Amino acid sequence: MRKLKELVIERALLISSLITIAVTIGIILVLSIEAINFFSEVSIIDFFTDTEWTPLFTDKHFGILALLSGTLLTSFIAIAFAVPVGLSISIYLSEYAPKSFRRTIKPLLELLAAVPTVVYGFFALMVVTPFLQSIFPEISSFNSLSAGIVMGIMIIPYISSLSEDALHAVPDSLREAAYGMGSTKLQNAFKVMVPAASSGIVVSIILAISRAIGETMIVAIAAGQQPRFTFDPTVPVETITAYIVQVSLGDVQHGSLEYKTIFAAGITLFIFTFLLNTLSYRIRKKFQEKYE
Amino acid sequence: MNNIRKNRIKDQAFKYWGIACTLLGLVLLAIFIGNILIDGIMRIDWDFIVNLPSRKAERSGIYTALMGSIWVLLLTTLIALPVGIAAAIYLEEYNKKNKLSTILEVNISNLAGVPSVIYGLLGLEVFVRIMEMGSSVLAGSFTLALLILPIVIVSTREALKAVPKSVRDASFAMGASKWQTVYHQLLPASFGGILTGVILALSRAVGETAPLIVIGALAYVPFAPSSAMDEFSVLPIQIFNWITRPQHGFVENAAAAIIILLLITFVMNGIAVYFRNKWQKKFK
Repeated sequence: MRKLKELVIERALLISSLITIAVTIGIILVLSIEAINFFSEVSIIDFFTDTEWTPLFTDKHFGILALLSGTLLTSFIAIAFAVPVGLSISIYLSEYAPKSFRRTIKPLLELLAAVPTVVYGFFALMVVTPFLQSIFPEISSFNSLSAGIVMGIMIIPYISSLSEDALHAVPDSLREAAYGMGSTKLQNAFKVMVPAASSGIVVSIILAISRAIGETMIVAIAAGQQPRFTFDPTVPVETITAYIVQVSLGDVQHGSLEYKTIFAAGITLFIFTFLLNTLSYRIRKKFQEKYE
Repeated sequence: MNNIRKNRIKDQAFKYWGIACTLLGLVLLAIFIGNILIDGIMRIDWDFIVNLPSRKAERSGIYTALMGSIWVLLLTTLIALPVGIAAAIYLEEYNKKNKLSTILEVNISNLAGVPSVIYGLLGLEVFVRIMEMGSSVLAGSFTLALLILPIVIVSTREALKAVPKSVRDASFAMGASKWQTVYHQLLPASFGGILTGVILALSRAVGETAPLIVIGALAYVPFAPSSAMDEFSVLPIQIFNWITRPQHGFVENAAAAIIILLLITFVMNGIAVYFRNKWQKKFK
């Protein structure tokens, strides 16, 4: 009787963990079925080569490049802002800062990642864009620069926390050896610690890129809703995620071509983040073996 | 000698640069919160909380959105908690190292990185259309439950991992079965850690906007939901709606609603940190 009970419980627990696999299969199935429907009506060559995305107009174009460029542009700005700042923070906290300071500052920095993204969107639109406009008057009131910078602020803790963990995991013997050779903290940090923790740092940057590419509300609010193939940070653009939100807000009939476009856009987004996540998982596994 | 001095100066310079970077994020956060407070604090009164949404900014309130958020939060907890904790127990305590465990592990780490808007597309097709829930509270809660499932699993596993092996050995030596060990020893011992993870996951859920917009949650709902099958709005969607309206009064409303949302998020984070600190001391 007791054995049976144990078995039933074990099976129930197993099923719970299998639900996670069902979720992944569900995502892949839903995205690909609707995307296949979409590509039966729209040529896949146009999808990848056309530079206009106008499915909601009468003259329809389905060039994902217009959305992809917006996604990459905003993510690039965010990363360009967050990587130097985030890395400097992680090096400062792990090599320079007193322990007590690190203990108080880390949870505070992590609050930055806890703020809901719709709130960041408000910040970008109401504070950062007017500020940028006061310096560069020609900048449009929806632009990728403001959205990108605010997204950068949001992902700082992703980079600083994970990189700091990686730096922290480097054995003390390396640090002591470097100081024994007479190096300064700075030399130790950049010539010994950063190379030793490089895989962990790379993982943190990849995860931050993946987070930026998938970010939705900041760009939907502050970057505009005008798909265009451009790398000019001062004009309105639209990202893949913002397009999905824009269509969802409207009244789109199930089964219509417009409805299918959000899944075609979604699968493009999913493939990008999937590749990045898989890459970071691989590196992380390798890194774990190194110091165990 | 000259070189040594140069290196020392560089060292000092980087130290100040590091401090500046660390403070930058916090200063921006402070500016930002200050700004929101100035814009919105005057707008918050009892009427703002209990009023229904309205076309006139000064008469609008967040009642339906707040109730929607509470409904979604409760149902999401009810769905994600048992599944997430059960999955974590299986992975941490029952699972042998084999192919399935590797697949599960890779898969969960991948799910944690899937953009939230993609979960919205999944929810739209599976819960709203195929299971015919419509754009209901229940469909929204299922969608968010799937979204936070990886977070709940990962943090529960961490909490279980932190329980010393001696506890398990002692329990088995007393003749307890595997489940008895889990239920009577491990779950109580890791309770604080699990709670921390769950609260953090829920604080993420309460701020989610995009997946709920995708499954069709509305910006304007005249009544608070009275059952799980009702249409609903949530606080972040209400905020988004107000931000995108050009009239000035709505900006104030958005700022005021943001104050409430931030308050909820920060209080949840604070509780989580409190439990984490209290619980971490236990194993030292």
